[in-house]
Amino acid sequence: MVRKTTPPQDLIRGIWKENPVLVQMLGLCPALAVTNTVKNALAMSAATFFVICCSSVLVSSCKSFIPKEVRISSYILVIATFVTLADMMLQAYAPVQHKELGAFIALIVVNCMILGRQEAFSARNTVFRSLLDAVGTGIGFTIALIMMGGFREILGTGSFLDIPLFGPGFEPWVVMVLPAGGFLTLGFILLAMGYAEQRRKAGESA
Amino acid sequence: MSDQTLFSIFFSAMIVNNFTLAMFLGLCPFMGVSARVETALRMGLANIFVLVLTSLSAWVLNTYILGEAPYLRIISFIIVVASLVQIVEMVVKKIAPVLFRQLGIFLPLMTTNCAIFGLAIFQTNRGYDFLQGIVFAIGAGLGLTLALVLMASIRESSELSDIPAIAKGTGLTLIIAGSLSLAFMGFAGVL
Amino acid sequence: MTDRVETDKLTITPPAPDAAPEQEPAEAKVSTFRLVATLAVAGILAGILIALVNQHTHPIIETYRAEQLRKAVYEVLPGIARYDTYYLIDGALRPALPQGAKESDYKRAYFGYDEGEELKGVALSRGESGFQDIVLVIFGFDPAAGTLSGMKVLESKETPGLGDKIFKDQAFVDQFFAGPRLPLLGVKAGAGKGEPNEIDTITGATISSKVVISIINHAVEEWTPVLEQGVPEEAKP
Repeated sequence: MVRKTTPPQDLIRGIWKENPVLVQMLGLCPALAVTNTVKNALAMSAATFFVICCSSVLVSSCKSFIPKEVRISSYILVIATFVTLADMMLQAYAPVQHKELGAFIALIVVNCMILGRQEAFSARNTVFRSLLDAVGTGIGFTIALIMMGGFREILGTGSFLDIPLFGPGFEPWVVMVLPAGGFLTLGFILLAMGYAEQRRKAGESA
Repeated sequence: MSDQTLFSIFFSAMIVNNFTLAMFLGLCPFMGVSARVETALRMGLANIFVLVLTSLSAWVLNTYILGEAPYLRIISFIIVVASLVQIVEMVVKKIAPVLFRQLGIFLPLMTTNCAIFGLAIFQTNRGYDFLQGIVFAIGAGLGLTLALVLMASIRESSELSDIPAIAKGTGLTLIIAGSLSLAFMGFAGVL
Repeated sequence: MTDRVETDKLTITPPAPDAAPEQEPAEAKVSTFRLVATLAVAGILAGILIALVNQHTHPIIETYRAEQLRKAVYEVLPGIARYDTYYLIDGALRPALPQGAKESDYKRAYFGYDEGEELKGVALSRGESGFQDIVLVIFGFDPAAGTLSGMKVLESKETPGLGDKIFKDQAFVDQFFAGPRLPLLGVKAGAGKGEPNEIDTITGATISSKVVISIINHAVEEWTPVLEQGVPEEAKP
């Protein structure tokens, strides 16, 4: 169906209703891998936000120059360029975070979410609306990552952004900051969302 | 060159730091894999093939070309990966059209498969040489295949069970993945 | 990945089995030149942009790295006033790399000298597989006396709360600064005989603790024959 959305909708839908991680299940690798602390989640979100906004703007500005046959390759080239820039800047200005995120900054390149937005939106919309779309998606991504990061850090180490929340008697659930915890956290979040959706539907039909 | 032995690289990538369950790479096929062990196996094998080729290409790039311009690494790697996947797609289509149809959309999706690109990046970061890289790729591919097959077989059985509606689909898959990841943690320290 | 267009409901068209993205051969194709040119131009622009940013960030990154290394060497060789870097090239120590060689290809030793230009110790770094991933350690030791002067974990992805105690547990770390004899021996806390080479491992993180010990022992073993040759003559100030 030909989408007739308004600019505000472009911004808002990416935030929750079509949240890239929680609803569309894209960008899972970073969502699970770097959310062991909220700081890492924020750093990854910031880098991804930068990449998706710049990429969307650039792709949208150049959409008339890019022949259809090489469009995916062009998008990938654009995204890869901004990821490289983000990587370099992160390494220079936030070296500790850069070490923690490690290879996953480079892996932003293969984050299906960014490529998906180019293909689905930026390639056929104005620069301004593409930017709104990118910002919305970026915010949605950030929210999802912070949710995961918050869960995992609070339960796994008893702190939030390195600030201890509970007293020394708190026995942290170390599993939460381990890979298994990543899977379980996202799984439970999805379950909770499904449950909320179920209740909402039941409430509507009642 | 890394100080690790070939065996430890292989075993680590396949089991101890399983590529999918511990390093979070290759999740797209992992989540979307059908509940059929055969398809999972085939996809895993296709991945192994592409992984080994990627490892070779990454090594060539790192050794001969990227020494002067390391910042072009991400761009060149992704171009190589995308081209490789394209070539493999064409080759598979010619040689095994049945397999090609079965894999369907997953083959081109390998371009954005974190595992393939991730392998190139990890190999570079750890400074593996030629042989170490190949062994790493095989171990990683087998690890990915192992995870895929395990997930597929569990889902195969769970299809017949009574699952609450809210858990059906990705929610359940993630929890299964979490349990598998926990199980694999038992291997930690074996090396 | 084409946008879904609403088909006219009166037209019955069976859906294509695999919507393979084949090019329509009959229509006017964009010239191959244009395709290649677009990608080439994009590639060149990208390369230029990256090179520009790199020029700006590279010095910052290198300065930080050098600073981190410098701090670490001073930490594991307490009391030194300066240090020299030597590279292991073909089994011998050399003060400088051959022309155009990549620094990361060669192992390094850092010779620390105190105020009186006396050799106080040598710092080495080495990585080995730990419980989770590779653990990178730098340590300082006195080759003549056979004792350890200090240790610092540079990189570790060990289990948070357990394995990461190898750098978070002060008591464990302090043992490496107390001048234990080499080669080190890891013993369970409380089970040691009080020998000068014993290091108490961390309860619950035996493997991570043992990796640190093994890294140090292996590195010392590897470098001892080289260090016995002494510092090359041409390098002495």
